[in-house]
Amino acid sequence: VQIEDPKFWRAGAISIVVVMMVVLAMLTIDTLSVIDAGGSHVPAYTVINQNVGYKFDEGRGIDAPTIGGEERLFGRVYGQQDAAALITKGKLVIQSRACIDCHTFFGVGAYYAPDLTKAWLDPGWNTWKMITAADSREEAMVRFLMDPVRYRIFERAMPNLHLSRDEAEAVVAYLKWMAAVDTNGFPANFGRRSAGR
Amino acid sequence: MYRSQRLAIKYLTAAIALFGIMVVAGLMSAYHYIHPNFLFGVLDFNIAKILHINTLVIWLLMGFMGAIYWFLPEEFNIEPVGIAAAELLFYVFVAAVAIVAVVFIFVQYGGSNLLSMWFINQGRKFVEAPRWAALGIVVIMLVFAYNVIGTAIRAKKLTGIMGVLIIDLVPLLVLYLDAFSAQTNMSQDLFWWWWLIHLWVEATWEVLIGCILALALMSVLGTSRRIVETWLYIEVALVMGTGILGLGHHYFWIGTPQYWLNIGGFFSAFEPLPLLGMVVHAVYDAGRHQMKTTNRPAFFWIMAEAFGNFLGAGVWGFMITLPQINLYAHGTQWTVSHAHFAFWGAYACAVIGVFYLVLQKVRGSAMFDGVAWRWAFALLNIGLVGMVGGLLLSGYAQAFVERALGGSTHEAFMLGQQNPSFAAGMNARFIFGLLFAAGYFVLVYDLIRLGKRVSLRTADAVTV
Repeated sequence: VQIEDPKFWRAGAISIVVVMMVVLAMLTIDTLSVIDAGGSHVPAYTVINQNVGYKFDEGRGIDAPTIGGEERLFGRVYGQQDAAALITKGKLVIQSRACIDCHTFFGVGAYYAPDLTKAWLDPGWNTWKMITAADSREEAMVRFLMDPVRYRIFERAMPNLHLSRDEAEAVVAYLKWMAAVDTNGFPANFGRRSAGR
Repeated sequence: MYRSQRLAIKYLTAAIALFGIMVVAGLMSAYHYIHPNFLFGVLDFNIAKILHINTLVIWLLMGFMGAIYWFLPEEFNIEPVGIAAAELLFYVFVAAVAIVAVVFIFVQYGGSNLLSMWFINQGRKFVEAPRWAALGIVVIMLVFAYNVIGTAIRAKKLTGIMGVLIIDLVPLLVLYLDAFSAQTNMSQDLFWWWWLIHLWVEATWEVLIGCILALALMSVLGTSRRIVETWLYIEVALVMGTGILGLGHHYFWIGTPQYWLNIGGFFSAFEPLPLLGMVVHAVYDAGRHQMKTTNRPAFFWIMAEAFGNFLGAGVWGFMITLPQINLYAHGTQWTVSHAHFAFWGAYACAVIGVFYLVLQKVRGSAMFDGVAWRWAFALLNIGLVGMVGGLLLSGYAQAFVERALGGSTHEAFMLGQQNPSFAAGMNARFIFGLLFAAGYFVLVYDLIRLGKRVSLRTADAVTV
């Protein structure tokens, strides 16, 4: 077979595709175990019963989630099944309202509205706690989600997507769980700096 | 003309129409950034964006299908099998697209249940279309695959290009099955979603367009089959060799293991290589034939594809692909700049080239040239490059203010959006978007008139 012969290149193309697919399959098997809820990077859904933070990890040299002691959500402790049902509901709300076509999740989606990767930890909720006269972060989030037009603070506002109380609570639980996912340090310096000050 | 080629004309016509809807929806999305109260609560940004990106996928897909239905009988010298079913499904496809668009515009959202997923909006980027419509696309693609494979079997022959195409149809179809997912775990959801999006756009679509360009080059420049097939294999080797593990550049920050930073960074850094190869191929062929062609618009659009693919997908993608930069560039208008340039360069230019190529055959013109297509070519490309530049400016400002300085909080996001450079970039994007829209209208005008006008002139000359 000569180098000018298309068959030479065909054999090369087939070999490369096969090798790369085998490597991808092996990496996929490993990755799926890491990103399973309860895997080493993605927490179990019951993490919503605990304190979730985000700190610089000296050892890894990047920001990483911290999971602390009990911190109830809406004053409740969710069992394994209830937590999974709540998070599943949250995901369906997120899909049915096409949140990802304005926001980003893990930086993926649309760029018209803030990234929601660490939204649970956003210092901005302190402002909304005052505006909505809520006594907790999660209550402020629920009130905002149920009537975002009323509680808008910028010209670019979130439209009212007619979330019920149950749906808003499910979204808040989803965001708390998502903030506990280890995202290899994205976003960097979240909440530690404040632009413009 | 074969029946399959008449079907090709229908697909290409539908593609041009959807291209127009994409432009309108894109202008609306762009305007939302400048005036956030525009149609607020009536047709919000996310609905305009859904229309913009879904019509993008569908018009390109229809363009690809049109191109294949056109070349299929020429490759095999027989009428492709199962064309009656394909003709019927074309109308089903168009009706389904119309129904989905009406539901997106007027119903927009459903409740948090599976009924919404099946009939209203699945809310996953690029695959928002409800499941019934996704099921329809699967059926259409299955029949499309049957048309290609069945014809090869009946003709008892397989060219190299058709062999690559047939193998490519398998992942094209299998990957699309992720369009039905509603996995709870966002990390897993996005892990598989990227298999669909990346391995479509940066692998199977690249191979598909490689096949179409190989056929187009033989048609427009008369390049020999041996040369285009050799190049096609080299492209497949390089696209798959870099692109399959290049998938890793989407696995930096979604909860996936840290080793993806190195794997994704390394392989995606080489992803421009096959695209550079395409430029070399196109320039070499053009030079070898001394740029002599009977179809100048098709030739220029194919050249624009080679350069646009390399610059938009290759260079612009490389800018943001290494994890150390992507940490700040990720999820900003920088990505949008790359996406616009890449889709335009890699796919849209080639499909427009196919429009002209097919049209020349349909109109029976010996020479395809004129003035209008040059205007369309200039307006569309200047408009697009201007949009890309504006978005790049906004992206730099956003990456700097929101991500690097601000730490990506809500407040940092809003400060980034209010940054004067960001706003200037967004204004530029809208203005160049209008230029692009003007180019679209000239393109449509030219596609309607070109060839007809030439034959009229010839007729006049004969009369005189």
